[in-house]
Amino acid sequence: MSVDSKTVKKIASLARIAMTDAEVEAMVPEFNGILGWVEQLGEVDVTGVEPMTAVIPNSLRLREDVVTDGNIRDHVLANAPAAEHGFFGVPKVIE
Amino acid sequence: MTESTYRIQGATGEWEVVIGLEVHAQVTSNAKLFSGAATAFGAEPNAQVSLVDAAMPGMLPVPNKECIRQAVRTGMAIGAQINRWSRFDRKNYFYADLPQGYQISQLYHPLVGEGAVEISLDEKNPDAQTKTIGIERIHVEQDAGKLMHDQHPTMSYVDLNRSGVALMEIVSRPDMRSPAEAGAYLKKLRTILRYVGSCDGNMEEGSMRADVNVSVRKPGDEFGTRTETKNVNSVRYVMAAIEHEANRQVDVLESGGTIVQETRLYDPDRNETRSMRSKEDAHDYRYFPDPDLLPLELDDAFLDECKASLPELPDAKRKRYETELGLSAYNAAVLTAEAETARWFEGLLAECAKAQGKPEAEVAKAAANWLLSELYGALNRLGKTIDDSPVSQAAGAELIALVADGTISGTIAKQVFEIMLETGEPAGKIVEERGLKQTSDTGAIDAAIAKVLADNADKVEQYKGGKEALFGFFVGQTMKAMQGKGNPQLVNAQLKKALSE
Repeated sequence: MSVDSKTVKKIASLARIAMTDAEVEAMVPEFNGILGWVEQLGEVDVTGVEPMTAVIPNSLRLREDVVTDGNIRDHVLANAPAAEHGFFGVPKVIE
Repeated sequence: MTESTYRIQGATGEWEVVIGLEVHAQVTSNAKLFSGAATAFGAEPNAQVSLVDAAMPGMLPVPNKECIRQAVRTGMAIGAQINRWSRFDRKNYFYADLPQGYQISQLYHPLVGEGAVEISLDEKNPDAQTKTIGIERIHVEQDAGKLMHDQHPTMSYVDLNRSGVALMEIVSRPDMRSPAEAGAYLKKLRTILRYVGSCDGNMEEGSMRADVNVSVRKPGDEFGTRTETKNVNSVRYVMAAIEHEANRQVDVLESGGTIVQETRLYDPDRNETRSMRSKEDAHDYRYFPDPDLLPLELDDAFLDECKASLPELPDAKRKRYETELGLSAYNAAVLTAEAETARWFEGLLAECAKAQGKPEAEVAKAAANWLLSELYGALNRLGKTIDDSPVSQAAGAELIALVADGTISGTIAKQVFEIMLETGEPAGKIVEERGLKQTSDTGAIDAAIAKVLADNADKVEQYKGGKEALFGFFVGQTMKAMQGKGNPQLVNAQLKKALSE
């Protein structure tokens, strides 16, 4: 599997990342390098081997249903480019 | 199983409608699905947001056990397969209400697999027209934040309080064939969720919303192309959206067009659906397993507790009310439609059994009738729910017992109930102090009857001449003369005797 500049542009657009044509062209071989490396892994025969989900035996920890967080609005909004009346402000998005 | 006969009449003949619903139900929990922030409705904007919910870099999700538990219990309540091994995936899309840039959901390995919900299409006779609606899966996922567009001329405001709240997405099979079936399904699902306690079912506050998949076809044909109408938030709107969307599709097809698989929005003000073009290419979600979360594995102890903590479910309860308590199918259905009503009724029943020293089955009918007519009527008038009823179960049972043992008549009981509502005093005290006891004194009854018959000699003649319907009139007049206190059986008996003389 390999990608071309059209695919890179589409992925950038889905992620709302603006990229110049030069950046896109530079990204194509980088993507393909990563994909090629992943494809190498496909050469290993893993028939009958359970997928490994963690490198050490471990299971998902669950939390109790207790409110332990929140009420930190100023912290949450501190880095927002725009915030008013306790809300984040973003460029108008309307359906 | 009932076959739906709902059809849309088009110019080229009849069309059948095929409906599937994806219901998003907010899981009842104190904290969010992956963070310790609160979930309560109506808080100040962004007050219930943790750094996890705001997707600050480096924050890691830790699942809330209660949310998993409630989704499993819901699955058990619809007889679904529970997957002991499930996994969370990222659904990637960009939107201002989704700070992570992805929603943590479960695409490939959902928590709950196939189940079913039985619906009834005839409220009065719930066993007559039933249909089984298949459930494909239930998975848990995060809710997004809320956007407000009308507060500022150039900006939209974002409130992340809802961001990260746990949702169950309950996906039905395309098994419904009419708006009525979809409405019945949604109501039934809501009832089950409220019994289980996994969702409050409050559609006004957005705790339950439906994505409505609709297609049309000529009866017997393959499924047509479907459209998905997003976020419809009431039973009535779901039914209206289906009707509108199905008719729109028939019009398009009959004028030679084709249906585009797309996302649409329902506008209740105009009663129409319209295309959400902006979301068209957003469907490329690039799902992949969330690397921040290990697979979710459930053990026997967890599943056993989920099962053991399930309450008696609405269908089982309704059938028990019919068979063990001898209630009519209709009364049983109304009493079990809401968990709160059933709970209140069972409390009342226990009090009635205690007050009258009889088994519940013997006092159930009177208790059900009183609750459904007298109490419901009063609550409607006062705009109250059964949980804040001004009359307690014990107080209601005392009143019912006074009727049952003949102390007061049914007519007087209505008056006593009104006084109870006004004063909060117990029924026995009201009856005693206001002298409302029923009189079984045949002398007093006979005296009243004699006067009524004397005052209405013309009617007595008519009655004796064959107009027997007048009997009710004499009963009414006698009761009126006795201010409703005559024992009805005795009044009837003594009247019959007097009139046959």
